[in-house]
Amino acid sequence: MKKKEILVLEDLLGSNKKIASDIREQLTQKGILTINLMSSPGAGKTTLLERIAEHLKPKYRMAVIEGDIETERDAERIRAKGIPAWQIITGGACHLEAKMIGKLFSEIPPDLDFLFIENVGNLVCPASYDLGENIRCVLLSVPEGDDKPKKYPKAFTTSDCLILTKTDLLPLMPFDSERALKEAQEINPKLHIFLTSSLKDLGIEELIEFFISTRQKLLNQNA
Amino acid sequence: MHELSIIASLFELLEEKAAEKGSKKIISVRLQVGKLSGVVPEFLISAFDMYKKNTIAHDAKIEIEEVPLKIQCKTCTKTMIKDDFVFICPDCGSQDLKTLTGTELLLEKMELEL
Repeated sequence: MKKKEILVLEDLLGSNKKIASDIREQLTQKGILTINLMSSPGAGKTTLLERIAEHLKPKYRMAVIEGDIETERDAERIRAKGIPAWQIITGGACHLEAKMIGKLFSEIPPDLDFLFIENVGNLVCPASYDLGENIRCVLLSVPEGDDKPKKYPKAFTTSDCLILTKTDLLPLMPFDSERALKEAQEINPKLHIFLTSSLKDLGIEELIEFFISTRQKLLNQNA
Repeated sequence: MHELSIIASLFELLEEKAAEKGSKKIISVRLQVGKLSGVVPEFLISAFDMYKKNTIAHDAKIEIEEVPLKIQCKTCTKTMIKDDFVFICPDCGSQDLKTLTGTELLLEKMELEL
């Protein structure tokens, strides 16, 4: 019996990264800005998307890919706003992977302006998987507590935006916004920060302006 | 807990590499796992031991090298090992930092029976 040691040095997420970069390239060429939303369960991803849909719908075309362990509920909520939505049911998996997005690829209308991907509610695992997005957003809701950025650093280091949600609850909760935002920026100084309340429709316009201007930069690069 | 998904990707890679070399048995596997890779080494080991049954790695041992988070300040060029995920240079206060190591999730090497 002969033994042989071989040096490999290959990324275990290499195949996911490859699929993600193909997805990003193809969507970007079509002028579609793709946004991956990550958060704990219940931070308000779907409600934020419902609000975004109301703001964007008059002028832009958007669609949503929903990721959940079970049920079609989130996609139904988005469709009720008149927005095309697909539900990926992971059947137990705690995150979305690029190949799951790839399977839907042929159904995505080529004339979209924005594609939102709502990841499975989980502040840990989704952070490891590139889905081909242009912008990654992490949501942190006021009731979760101001200590989360340092407890879940990977979600915050890999994101472009931090969206603080449910800010209408700030007067009722012992949530130190200054601490939460300072700690998030210590982990990732490049984070764009948005303070929002979907219930009161606060801060949504600023967030959308950011998406629109980022898409414009993408179109300029394509031109 | 996405360690099992990662181990499934590892096995795709292991089987591909073993087939390239014409090997039917893997003796050992060594990974590099960065502190900021988002996975827990001990869960990777448990997932590996669970997954390997009835595969070409059924007797294989897994070894993990944990790679520290190493940062370099682009302003004063100091390099440092970080345990606290605070991306501020302790010397000059700059936030313009470069990550040198600590995000890897690699199959470093494997030993095959030929």
